[in-house]
Amino acid sequence: MAKNDLLGGSLWDQYSNKVTTLMNNPNNQGEITQEECNAAGHTLIVADFGAESCGDAVRLYWEVDPSNDTIVQSKFKSFGCGTAIASSDMMAQLCIGKTVQQAVKITNIDVEMSLRDDPKIPAVPPQKMHCSVMAYDVIKKAAGLYLGVDAASFEDEIIVCECARVSLGTLREVIKLNDLKTIEQITDYTKAGGFCKSCIKPGGHEAREYYLVDILADVRREMDVEKMQASADAGSKGDFESMTLVQKIKAIDAAIDESVRQFLIMDGGNVEIIDVKDSPDYIDIYIRYLGSCNGCASSSTGTLYAIEATLKEKLSSKIRVLPI
Amino acid sequence: MQVYLDNNATTMVDPCVTEAMIPFFSEIYGNPNSLHRFGTASHPAITKAINQVYKAIGASDKDDIVFTSCATEANNWVLQSVWIDKILHGEKNHIVTTEIEHPSVLSTCKFLEDMGVKVTYLPVNDQGIVEAHTVRAFITEKTALVSIMWANNETGMIFPIQEIGEICREKGVLFHTDGVQAVGKIPVNMEEVHVDFMSMSAHKFHGPKGIGALYIKNSQKLTPMLHGGDQMGGRRSGTLNVPYIVGMGLALEIATTNIEEKMAAIRAKRDRLEDALLGSLSDVFTVGNRNNRTPNTILISIRGVEGEGMLWDLNTALIGASTGSACASEDLEANSVMLAIGADNELAHTGIRLSLSRFTTDEEIDYVIERFESAVKRLRAISSSYAIVQPTAGGAAGECHIHH
Repeated sequence: MAKNDLLGGSLWDQYSNKVTTLMNNPNNQGEITQEECNAAGHTLIVADFGAESCGDAVRLYWEVDPSNDTIVQSKFKSFGCGTAIASSDMMAQLCIGKTVQQAVKITNIDVEMSLRDDPKIPAVPPQKMHCSVMAYDVIKKAAGLYLGVDAASFEDEIIVCECARVSLGTLREVIKLNDLKTIEQITDYTKAGGFCKSCIKPGGHEAREYYLVDILADVRREMDVEKMQASADAGSKGDFESMTLVQKIKAIDAAIDESVRQFLIMDGGNVEIIDVKDSPDYIDIYIRYLGSCNGCASSSTGTLYAIEATLKEKLSSKIRVLPI
Repeated sequence: MQVYLDNNATTMVDPCVTEAMIPFFSEIYGNPNSLHRFGTASHPAITKAINQVYKAIGASDKDDIVFTSCATEANNWVLQSVWIDKILHGEKNHIVTTEIEHPSVLSTCKFLEDMGVKVTYLPVNDQGIVEAHTVRAFITEKTALVSIMWANNETGMIFPIQEIGEICREKGVLFHTDGVQAVGKIPVNMEEVHVDFMSMSAHKFHGPKGIGALYIKNSQKLTPMLHGGDQMGGRRSGTLNVPYIVGMGLALEIATTNIEEKMAAIRAKRDRLEDALLGSLSDVFTVGNRNNRTPNTILISIRGVEGEGMLWDLNTALIGASTGSACASEDLEANSVMLAIGADNELAHTGIRLSLSRFTTDEEIDYVIERFESAVKRLRAISSSYAIVQPTAGGAAGECHIHH
């Protein structure tokens, strides 16, 4: 939210000229009849997607030449808003001349890109991107009918965000690689969740199988477990700097027990570890002297030096020991 | 020709009103709270505006009518201050409202729910109104406030405010009504109903935007929301918006003078438009009995034509209307009023609201009838709902998976 968001209501101003033109005069609107196809010896495929009660419905017609699987004619009918009509029209246009096998590779992104006036400027505002998704879904359905296979078989991965076509695999990888912590970061990195927002969490425009909030939580949990396992493994190999906090404290205690504590106790004193703080350059170990060490002159000079030298030698050269 | 049929959203300021406001910008500009002549020069005009508003809604001299910046402020004020007075500093914990209030009531109620208040959102019947007996059934001993609109913005349907007011009086519960869509459109007389608080907005009755008012019966307690220089008797601080107060007073006086005649004139045009559309188009219906609607409003559902698409074609024809269609909203959320009526699932996507004003002419109605019909014809020619060739076996669509 900033200056540009203060005035709402400019939805239509964000449509490209192509969207506006096709909404006003769609080129491929209409039907293809069985009679036409029979006359040419072609196959008619008619597929529906969506429903009027959903607010969006499209019917796609293909006239396919069975000798080479080529779509010779493609038309549509649409119950939908301006962008739904324009993207259905562009979708039908993109099918013409392609084989069914080629057409099934057309995605909603292709449809939206074709509707742009300027390749760098989106054809529709983010929340309208959803309209082009239906165009993609209905192509898969038509291809499935023609080829006699399930439409789902064309999708070799699980798509979480249909508007931006981002798969579950991609999302998991991007979250891990970039250590993403918020939904906003996911949207910045992948565009997922940046359009109709249905995939962010339950309760949006459309019910989804996967939601970004759940994926993020799952991946973060896995990352935490992996991190702990890596630390635990590192710790058991003696790599102090990679240890978890608990492992570090145990290792420090063990090192002090082995080399320092007995001398302090002989003098009627002792030492306890208060905290361990990691920074890129140092590992600061905060200690507190107990008994006669407390206030002893050597505690801030010789004894401190001895403790620090021991820990540096045994654990890490980055260690600094700080009495409090 | 261009035709504005979105008068439930806002109205043109009556040119007489604009003219009356002008002297209070650069001629009589003193602060009414100042003691000098520059300040007091505005007092007669403010007094006149106050009298105009009191008279227009039949308020008694014992009542307060406090000018606010808008009805959203008035609605927020009542809800939030009743929460402070009766719930935070009292024994109550419950507010009753309806599912189809204006967002300034619904969002404030959601906010109060987050603050721990219990809120009951009453359902509406197939006419889009809350029945009085439903209100009675949900009032408990813990109820602090009932907040129910006088007339609905989407449908124009008029709620049984007199009956609900009596129930609230009998139960000893405060009653607030959002009168935004009623005041200036239908007779509103505070002598005839029991209402504790009523919100109003000038730009709905040909006054300027940026000014509204809250009626407070018997000057009863309501903790101020805006603290400051004790203007409006300390009820609502902030330097008085003199030109806008003058404008609101005059606009309301004009709207309510001979209101029956004005209503009849608008109603005749509205009914002619409605009859023409229902008569010439198949598969259309309007929401709510027109005798119980504000006389300027039509909510029409057109099968096979999505609301935003229809709005687009009307806009191309230079006609301004409105839709509750989910596709036309920034967040794709379906309109709460459309869904609450529940008469037809498709209505949420095919509803078009046409709202007239006293400035709407017969020529404009003729033009709208013609262009409306041609838009429906064009969009139905594209619509899959009217396609003839049926899907290939196995090609029919599955169930609707869009979340409402």
